[in-house]
Amino acid sequence: MAKGNGKTSAEAPLIGVIEAVGGAVDLSAYETHEGYAAARTALASMTPAEVIDLVKEANLRGRGGAGFPTGLKWSFVPQGDAAGSGPKYLVCNADEMEPGTFKDRYLMERNPHLLVEGMILGAWAIQASHGYVFLRGEYHAAYRQLQDAIDAAAAKGYLGKNIFGSGFDFELRIHRSGGRYICGEETALLNALEGKRAQPRQKPPFPPASGAWGRPTIVNNVETFCNVPAIIRNGAEWYHELGIGDDAGTKLYGASGRVKRPGLWELPIGTPIREIIEEHAGGMQDGYALRGILPGGASTDFLVAEHFDLAMDYGTIQKAGSRMGTGTMILMDDSICPVDMCRNLEHFFAQESCGFCTPCREGLPWVEQLLLDIEEGRGKEGDLELLDRNAAFIGGATNTFCLHAPGAIEPLASALKYFREDFEEHIRTGACRYR
Amino acid sequence: MSEPAQDLAGADLIPTLSPEETAAIEEECAHLPDRESAAIDAMMIVQRERGWVSDASLAAIARLLGMSVAALDSIATFYNLIFRQPVGRHVVMLCDSVSCYVMGADTLRKQVEDHLNLNMGETSADGRFTLLPIVCLGACDRAPTMMVDEDLIGNVSAEQLAETFKGYE
Ligand SMILES: Cc1cc2nc3c(=O)[nH]c(=O)nc-3n(C[C@H](O)[C@H](O)[C@H](O)COP(=O)(O)O)c2cc1C
Ligand code: SF4
Ligand code: FES
Repeated sequence: MAKGNGKTSAEAPLIGVIEAVGGAVDLSAYETHEGYAAARTALASMTPAEVIDLVKEANLRGRGGAGFPTGLKWSFVPQGDAAGSGPKYLVCNADEMEPGTFKDRYLMERNPHLLVEGMILGAWAIQASHGYVFLRGEYHAAYRQLQDAIDAAAAKGYLGKNIFGSGFDFELRIHRSGGRYICGEETALLNALEGKRAQPRQKPPFPPASGAWGRPTIVNNVETFCNVPAIIRNGAEWYHELGIGDDAGTKLYGASGRVKRPGLWELPIGTPIREIIEEHAGGMQDGYALRGILPGGASTDFLVAEHFDLAMDYGTIQKAGSRMGTGTMILMDDSICPVDMCRNLEHFFAQESCGFCTPCREGLPWVEQLLLDIEEGRGKEGDLELLDRNAAFIGGATNTFCLHAPGAIEPLASALKYFREDFEEHIRTGACRYR
Repeated sequence: MSEPAQDLAGADLIPTLSPEETAAIEEECAHLPDRESAAIDAMMIVQRERGWVSDASLAAIARLLGMSVAALDSIATFYNLIFRQPVGRHVVMLCDSVSCYVMGADTLRKQVEDHLNLNMGETSADGRFTLLPIVCLGACDRAPTMMVDEDLIGNVSAEQLAETFKGYE
């Protein structure tokens, strides 16, 4: 499934070792391939500030969707006396519920020690004594791999008290989620971690100032942490050279839908969309033509033919009106009705709304119903304008309490732009030509 | 494991957890700043033993964690994977999210419903299967997907359903 195309672990820091080992990487295999060398070095000879500076210099950006600079986020955590008394927390967001996304599960099932080492480094950087992996409840195989890895690392003294004999303590535990998409939003995640309903919290204060149990907390994605060990081992300059455009490093890109070889590949960040689809995913299956893609999961705007030569990096995709998101793209071929696909997407977002604020709780089901009516031939004149109005209102970043609703509406707003004639035809003819 | 009869009859007014369940919940509590923080873990622990969280289990967990039953139930009902109704011996969860949709999940859903003779949300009369929809299982490159108990199954096809379900008596 995931392919680094025969690259070494220095060229493919995320999956190189998985490829070299040819499957799941256990502790001894991990250590044979420089595993835990970065954590050992950092705890012995780097200050927390030096680790943060190196991650900043490397320009590692969050792989959970928003692309926030990781080193900068870590630098917001108060250190020393300024942190007050009590633990600081490091949390890995392993909720991965964004439809179309399948990268974090792969990393955790195949190379759980990479995540553990990345978290040890993060913990050292912010001086956290406690860590949690917030894991999707349905990820049973990942749970078993990760728990085994944590136990094996703890048995060797790499987790727990006085790790690597450095005097630093870090306890790492797994929270298995009760299941709800909104748990992936980082402040909702903290409520869930505290055993509560996963409702988002008011920001500010942001988690680095006040997070889990009111203490300074950092939340990062699985893939983000997995980038850290190689940055510490090989340096910022090496990391920059891995990327193609403005961004640094590699990215796990994925493609699902009617391509010949759906899958996941570790490639230089900034690899063009067309190369991912045609070279790596093998192009479209015979008899199917590509109409559009959701570049980085269900909550990102459609891109169409005019965009396919663009580079998959944060800035380029944003300029094109979408988001790189998780980097796992969903392909819409010409056998799929755009109206019905939007219905499917909005059904998900309506169902997963936490229900706290009105535009999201009421607006998304309304939108879903309008789309169902249009799809099933009950569309009326004025429905498209109603969808436009809802899209603009629900998508207004300050109209809702969190970013669930704006994300939810991105695929619809862009579909209304790029596939408008499909919507119009449904209403005009009272029929769907794809049925 | 099935729910003790007294839960259904309501005859025994003191709900209980097994020593193993209690120990597993206490282990979670020992690693958390306060007992209420273990609410979700506790319900998931009990559900893994009993298949679902009954009113009696809920009351027992609430008492163990020192919180009200109503507060605990409001948490239980928020989460998709905490079942407040009994389920069959095997839970079949069919992915209905976008990549699986593109790969024919709507058609597959009808085929699975026909095959099991169940609609979404129903449990078979013999208590063997419960059929539920689930969101993206994180295996979109093998769409359409489903999960049976803890097993993730990709590239699901109507032809293979009989073979697939055979392993779940
Ligand atoms: C509705 C919603 C769902 C999200 N789901 C996830 C998720 O499943 N995994 C994830 O890593 N980030 C998710 N995020 C982003 C997180 O809030 C947060 O930005 C991220 O975990 C930060 O990690 P990073 O800086 O390493 O990317 C979600 C955000 C929103 C608004
Ligand atoms: S936008 Fe509002 S209702 Fe929707 S998930 Fe966020 S807080 Fe909840
Ligand atoms: S959409 Fe079904 S597994 Fe991802």
